[in-house]
Amino acid sequence: MLMLDRIAQAQDTIAAACRKLGRQITIMEVCGTHTVSIFRSGIRSTLPDGLKLLSGPGCPVCVTDQGYIDAVLQLADRPDCLIATYGDMIRVPGHNGSLETRASKGNVRVVLSSEDALQLARDNPSQTVVFIAVGFETTTPATAVVVKEAAREGIGNFCILSGHKLVIPAMRALLSGMNDRIDAFLCPGHVSAIIGSGAFAEIVADYGRPCVVAGFEPLQILEALAEICRQLAAGKAEVKSIYRAVVTEKGNTAAQRVIAECFDAVDGYWRGLGKIAQSTLALKAEYSQFDAFKRFGLADVPGKDTSGCRCGEVLCGLIEPIQCPLFGRQCTTQKPVGPCMVSSEGTCAAWYKYGRRS
Amino acid sequence: MCLAIPARIIELEEDRAVVDAMGNRWKAKTTLLPDAKLGDLVLVHAGFAISRVDEEEAKKTWELFAEIENFEKTRNKVSG
Repeated sequence: MLMLDRIAQAQDTIAAACRKLGRQITIMEVCGTHTVSIFRSGIRSTLPDGLKLLSGPGCPVCVTDQGYIDAVLQLADRPDCLIATYGDMIRVPGHNGSLETRASKGNVRVVLSSEDALQLARDNPSQTVVFIAVGFETTTPATAVVVKEAAREGIGNFCILSGHKLVIPAMRALLSGMNDRIDAFLCPGHVSAIIGSGAFAEIVADYGRPCVVAGFEPLQILEALAEICRQLAAGKAEVKSIYRAVVTEKGNTAAQRVIAECFDAVDGYWRGLGKIAQSTLALKAEYSQFDAFKRFGLADVPGKDTSGCRCGEVLCGLIEPIQCPLFGRQCTTQKPVGPCMVSSEGTCAAWYKYGRRS
Repeated sequence: MCLAIPARIIELEEDRAVVDAMGNRWKAKTTLLPDAKLGDLVLVHAGFAISRVDEEEAKKTWELFAEIENFEKTRNKVSG
């Protein structure tokens, strides 16, 4: 089918569902890359008024609690530590500056891969390299692989501060009273490459919400929204993946295995969502020598958000960024106050950069 | 942050690969895709191949990246 025909067909399905249901349909995406693609492509402006898209807790940097950020900065202030971090975390402000403001001291390094962090430890034996391990299931296996590598090679000056999170417990938390407007989820493409589309069956079974996995191409996102609308109009809720080139029902079992070998799911804190049971990954006891929380006697405690910042409510889909009094005034992409503006995949950053076009 | 880039494995020794996307080459590991072979198209995230991807999807993603790059350039020009 021609692309224009596919667009027209998806739009017809969406419009028909809106007419049939006669109420607001609300679909939440839980993936920062989807958020950016939706804004950049202008999809919102093509949707009928009856369909509302909400951005949820899909950006790992954004959902990381302030307490974790402050723990990172505490480690960055130690002369014996070398901090290895993905670039996304570098500008997130804590209560006392950010990693960026400490970069001049020379002990903060941006890495593109967990492997680079482990290599830093090999190259700098007199310092303890702390890898700032954040990210959802897409990113966690890369951390697990290097922890095992460090254990095998006996690299004693390497450790990780695990802030790795699981997507499904957050979706459950939202549906368990935090946000009752969500009718369905547009499910993340690359998280699903690891956990498999079948992982969302529990959301469908327990909450009766459609879960459709999509890739990041605008047409595919539009077709996923149409599939959700088709299900809602038919009074159905199913798991479906239309990102078939990448996502299978079972996902990447080798990656799932390495996560299970290194980590246990524990209760953890999320910005905006608070404490969520079994939602955060902590290193197993057998790898505790690589656990920066244990090595430095840190606790995963909730932090206090920056005054006035409403990122927490943005992450739960309770407010839109423009409802935050700081948005576009004190808080811009050039001088961000909250993480949703810091991260290139944050909801506030997407609104700020592309909002006027939608 | 979950961005992953389709790339072709052009060198492979055990789980250490060199991958290529649109002429850009970098090192990646295939630890998480144990049966990956030379010439396979894979999605690479944070230095690791996380899944296979077909030619059509890879091509679409590369085109999208090229488009975004051009768009960002235009925006910068317009905004000075």
